[in-house]
Amino acid sequence: MKYGCSITRMNSIWGRALCVAVALLAGNFFATPVQAAAAEMGAVKGDLTGGDPLGSMQWPDMKGQFFDANAAMVFDARIKVTVPLFAEDAMNVPVSFDASAIGKVKKIVVLVDRNPIRKVLEFIPEQARPALNFRFKLEQASPIRVAALGQDNVWHVGYAFIEASGGGCTVPGATRADGTWTQTLNKVAGKMFDANQLRDDARLRVQVSHPMDTGLVAGVPAFYIEEMILQDKNKQVLARLYPFEPVSENPLFSFDFDKKPVGPISLVGRDNNGNRIDAKVTQ
Amino acid sequence: MKLKCLIATALITATAAGQARAELPNVAQPTPDKATLNYGLKATKLAGGWYVIAGANDDFSQANGCNIINTGFYVDDAGVYVINTGTSRLYGEQQRALIDSISKGKPIKQVVALNLHPDYFLGNQAYPKEALAATKVTIQGVKAEAALYETNLYRLCGDWMKATESAFSTQTIVPASLKRFGSKSIEAIELKGHTDSDLVLFDPESRVMWAGGLVFYKRIVTTPHAKLKPWIESLKTLQAMKPKVVVPSHGPVSWGSEAIEQTLDYLNWLDKRLAEAAEMGEEINDVMKKGAPERFRNFAAYPAEFYRNVTNLYPVYEKETLGGF
Repeated sequence: MKYGCSITRMNSIWGRALCVAVALLAGNFFATPVQAAAAEMGAVKGDLTGGDPLGSMQWPDMKGQFFDANAAMVFDARIKVTVPLFAEDAMNVPVSFDASAIGKVKKIVVLVDRNPIRKVLEFIPEQARPALNFRFKLEQASPIRVAALGQDNVWHVGYAFIEASGGGCTVPGATRADGTWTQTLNKVAGKMFDANQLRDDARLRVQVSHPMDTGLVAGVPAFYIEEMILQDKNKQVLARLYPFEPVSENPLFSFDFDKKPVGPISLVGRDNNGNRIDAKVTQ
Repeated sequence: MKLKCLIATALITATAAGQARAELPNVAQPTPDKATLNYGLKATKLAGGWYVIAGANDDFSQANGCNIINTGFYVDDAGVYVINTGTSRLYGEQQRALIDSISKGKPIKQVVALNLHPDYFLGNQAYPKEALAATKVTIQGVKAEAALYETNLYRLCGDWMKATESAFSTQTIVPASLKRFGSKSIEAIELKGHTDSDLVLFDPESRVMWAGGLVFYKRIVTTPHAKLKPWIESLKTLQAMKPKVVVPSHGPVSWGSEAIEQTLDYLNWLDKRLAEAAEMGEEINDVMKKGAPERFRNFAAYPAEFYRNVTNLYPVYEKETLGGF
């Protein structure tokens, strides 16, 4: 049973109290970030977090690992990051982000401080809105960062904190556990949703069949989709996505477009073993 | 004319409610004490000689000892029949002590777990192995998931879980042939939807129904193994049995079919909401954020349990809309 353990992953009072406290700080469900629009990451004497509003001491290390030493960076509450109050299913933690408030975005990187593999994905929006919905595997409660490189060549970093009981990265996925992943590898299901009462843009939701193994489960090497390129009818690139190991099994992504692209949309890509993805979304 | 009509209706309603109260006793609530790990269990006598031991109508927490389930028992001249054994070894032991004090130590004849969830059977250690009973599907499910339950409940409930280990049922219940608890005639039916095997016990004489996990009253349902459409069908079956008293596993003991109807109302809403959200391409975070309608918001465990409902169930609806692989 994929969700078999969920009943026992119930939230405890102390867990929830912490969550609510953190939610008040971060961009979780019921909180509007209270930080100034863009706070410079300044060095405050004695501060080991590099000015991190979430107070994570991993942040300076992550900055060094994933960004140029002289990269300009600001924490920016305009980058909206929505996560659940509690990661009920650590194998599938839903994240929604939207960086459109800072204008056109060149590239977006999603990082998770306390995952054994910190980089979740890279996204080059091209024709899509600089917004994405996806799910990932979370090993323990952690901050999540969405860094968007704006036209000003500054990394604008949005953030949220996710409370979790954990275990997501070191547990095999359902199709890996029962061996069924081979039957549908790299097949794609998807649908284009027109503007409706929920939104005035078009949304493409695509799901790819893939075990997305992290390499952290004993005897199972890393096996994950590393490139997905969306193209319209005329082969014009709509968006480029580069997932990494932490993205959930059978990953489901939602891309938003201000103007509905001309279909059929094609999705081409490959996993790290060279298996190709090549599918069309006709609906 | 209209006004007269209204008054008459109001009078009838008031009388019905009055009768209900008379036949439905005040159910004693547990008084847990974390310092001494005492669940403070209390038994309340219902119609037909049944006893209920109420749990808190809440989410698991250290303060309530993770005791959120209603358990029960029936005593006749020869022995005792127990329904569900609670969330831990300690619960089982304290439940057994309470039962012994009422039955004057009569032998335990049978201990029935109504489904595979941990608070239905983790107190089994306190009872003789040969008396432990469940359906075939429940026994299989328990064996598959017991280890996971234990570790997760230790994490959530801490010391209350000390020395708790799963004791598996040794008797397989075939519902059609479970017709008596000693001198008491009962009907046992196996339905599904909350889990793959939801056992319901019904006393046709007193019309007391042990509805197990199918009915939640004034509490958001739990859905780790749920399938909404069969669940809704199962509730209609329960409704047709016209119970007088319904003991849900979670939430207060209730009169008539009210608790069944309330659970139906929530499940129908949830099913429709998730289907419509998937049709519109809505994201799971937005479904959670928008929440449930006002009438469900004062239920116990809202919104945490509602978030779990969406996490458990929405991917199924998304898959249907996107077409699958």
